[in-house]
Amino acid sequence: MSFLEMLDVLNEELVNQKKEPVAFEHDCREGICGACSLVINGQPHGPMNGTTTCQVHMRHYKDGDTIVIEPYRAKAFPVMKDLVVDRSSFDRIIQAGGFISVNTGQAQDANSTPVETDVASAAFDAATCIGCGACVAACPNASAMLFTSAKVAHLNMLPQGKVEAQQRVLNMVKQMDIEGFGRCSNVTACEAECPKGISITNIARMNREYLGASLGSEKTA
Amino acid sequence: MKLDGKTPPGPLAEKWTTYQSTVPLVAPNNKRRLEIIVVGSGLAGAAAAASLGELGYNVKCFTFHDSPRRAHSIAAQGGINAAKNYSNDGDSVYRLFYDTIKGGDYRSREANVHRLAEVSNNIIDQAVAQGVPFAREYGGLLENRSFGGVQVSRTFYAKGQTGQQLLIGAYQALSRQIARGSVEMYNRHEMLDVVTIDGKARGIIARNLVTGELERHAAHAVLLCTGGYGNVFYLSTNAMNCNATAAWRAVRRGALMANPCFTQIHPTCIPQSGDYQSKLTLMSESLRNDGRVWVPKKKEDAKAIQEGRKKGTDIPEADRDYFLERRYPAFGNLVPRDVASRAAKVACDEGLGVAPTGLAVFLDFSAAFERYGRSEAHVKGIHDADAATIRQLGEKVIEEKYGNLFEMYEKITGENPYKLPMKIYPAVHYTMGGVWVDYNLETNIPGLFVLGEANFSDHGANRLGASALMQGLADGYFVAPYTVGNFLSGEIRTPKIDPNAPEFLKTAGEVQERLSKLMNIKGNQSAESFHRRLGKIMWDNCGMSRNAEDLTKGRQLIRELREEFYKDLFVPGELNEFNPELEKAHRVADFLELGELMMLDALNRNESCGGHFRDEYQDEKGEAKRDDKNFAYVAAWEWTDTSKDPILHKEELKFENVELKTRSYE
Repeated sequence: MSFLEMLDVLNEELVNQKKEPVAFEHDCREGICGACSLVINGQPHGPMNGTTTCQVHMRHYKDGDTIVIEPYRAKAFPVMKDLVVDRSSFDRIIQAGGFISVNTGQAQDANSTPVETDVASAAFDAATCIGCGACVAACPNASAMLFTSAKVAHLNMLPQGKVEAQQRVLNMVKQMDIEGFGRCSNVTACEAECPKGISITNIARMNREYLGASLGSEKTA
Repeated sequence: MKLDGKTPPGPLAEKWTTYQSTVPLVAPNNKRRLEIIVVGSGLAGAAAAASLGELGYNVKCFTFHDSPRRAHSIAAQGGINAAKNYSNDGDSVYRLFYDTIKGGDYRSREANVHRLAEVSNNIIDQAVAQGVPFAREYGGLLENRSFGGVQVSRTFYAKGQTGQQLLIGAYQALSRQIARGSVEMYNRHEMLDVVTIDGKARGIIARNLVTGELERHAAHAVLLCTGGYGNVFYLSTNAMNCNATAAWRAVRRGALMANPCFTQIHPTCIPQSGDYQSKLTLMSESLRNDGRVWVPKKKEDAKAIQEGRKKGTDIPEADRDYFLERRYPAFGNLVPRDVASRAAKVACDEGLGVAPTGLAVFLDFSAAFERYGRSEAHVKGIHDADAATIRQLGEKVIEEKYGNLFEMYEKITGENPYKLPMKIYPAVHYTMGGVWVDYNLETNIPGLFVLGEANFSDHGANRLGASALMQGLADGYFVAPYTVGNFLSGEIRTPKIDPNAPEFLKTAGEVQERLSKLMNIKGNQSAESFHRRLGKIMWDNCGMSRNAEDLTKGRQLIRELREEFYKDLFVPGELNEFNPELEKAHRVADFLELGELMMLDALNRNESCGGHFRDEYQDEKGEAKRDDKNFAYVAAWEWTDTSKDPILHKEELKFENVELKTRSYE
């Protein structure tokens, strides 16, 4: 039985007793949609590395164990009900610049710009972020640096994303601050708890890009 | 009602280009005054909303998720097809068209499928320009791989996460339009009805899932991009919240449901492990390249395995039945999805299943460990390698090829697939049927469009691998911007639609009544328990193989279950609050109606084709017998009343460019 199936059973029992079930978020249950969250015994997405809550199974616990389940706690993720938090601040960070400005139909042939495999592969690794927010929940400062930097890295590394690179990093960092996420103090808990293994190298890369964009150009956020 | 597919005249290869250059346009100043509602934010929805926003229309996009990035398109693994012919292996637009028509067992519309093949190339260009990190070769150019049912390498991919990367691409394009204000995004809103005024779709009723309030949203046109209905089976590879409500509510307002019995059952999924399970997980089809599928020959062995007294490895070679290799020597373990699924079911129905539930077959890699191990030993110059060394070397090779899948399997089942053969069982994966649309992707309700998996149009009776992503994005990026414009060009004098019009108030009132009815039953059983029972009825009577007797019985069982549902449902909480149980109850209520229609459609289709296999229509070897003389049509069902049978409308399928042939895999 998976962890979320355990919560299903709990909820079914509650409903059978005419009580209100515990609200929690989930959808694909394959570890890819990023909907599930939860802090389990103090750890976002539970005890296992590289694993979302929906992929945690109850066989990792013993009969009679007490499990403490909490919602993510961060100022920028207000609790909505029970274990459900509002992560729309992440959407607004993407809206601030997490895209390449190309309208439908404007694209040139896909093979006209070769991309070095190392670059493509590093961009892919950054792009595997599922937007679950575990990095924020793990961080004592509730910083969104890992999330934001993963998107900046994904797009700024690719030749297609270079045109807007400076504007992108300035705007996304600015939005991150507006949303009330904390600063990064290199605790690196985000990387440890990230179910997709996003590297903190991305944060270093973003800091460099940010510095370059704010000092070396006339661009302002 | 006469169904008009509105296929443009002219030769097949020129239809779409002629359409594009002659379709009436909407001037920029008029676009600014027109409003469009897009329901759903998966590949089709996000692509359509972004593209229409870029064009200058005022778009409102709705999703029941907390963010548009969560749509279930994200879970697609394998890849996306396109006729680029980058591999120089003889691919072309025509070949992609032909493979898709044939793969669909000749039950789709030629012109739609050809257009899909034509725009497939644009999708890849668009995705790359957006920064989708597809796999690349060392020269930095895009890499392709092969997929089932074709002889060329035309599949673009991003590891096993192609759906995720394409959805993120579309989500980012959508986010850009949200930032510009051309798309207004409504997260945590679920569409519960379509509003029509003077026969045209003019808006929706959506429930704000946070407050429970019903909202009325008006527009000049409505696009449903709401995915398939596989969750009618309860257990499927669909996400937990996938549902048919938007599509079904459109049908209840006069749209037609086409070929609802066409469902795709994927053969390699991790079997159900207990009654609590609510979701099945797919294991990539690629595993069948190296795994051999078998069950014990003897029932007592199967029973011993089911009861945990024996393991798969305890059964000697002579007592194993490699049933796919036995039945289909030419294709062996690599027969198409529908064939492999049915064969596994037959074995389990005979009592030979290998899980405690009796519903699983083995997917065994030991022959591959041995084969790869020997070859590896040879390469390493170990000429007297013992069995253990060979096995170890073989396991390493398999780990390199499928390591992540083996890891995922172990995570879920707790069994080590290197030591014990995997257990797999077929599961519902995709629905080819859907809302009937014409060439414009417009339903018979003017102004109501349906895109992606939610429509029926491109995959016939069976979808090929890596074609779902292609269709969702084709519809959203490249088809809807033209065809929706075609409709809107006739609406430039229509003033802003008023959400306070009597039609809106009436429909909102009906939705309110429906929800209150669910809340007020105050019985004893949860929506989940009804859903589980419905799924079992569907699976037992309208699953991998069907027959008239089961379908008739199944239909009766659903009616009884529906009656019980409206007598004994219990929904906790309040109407006007965040209430996931109420959401679920409403979805299950709609599944209970759709399920019955699927039975009826399957009963009507007296032939076997693609994913629809009727026991009565098979040859002496148990293979599907299609009936092109009587069933080369789209069955489009018109809803009338719960107490009456829906009305069948037929759209005859004309094949002017391909010859109808029988598929054989022996």
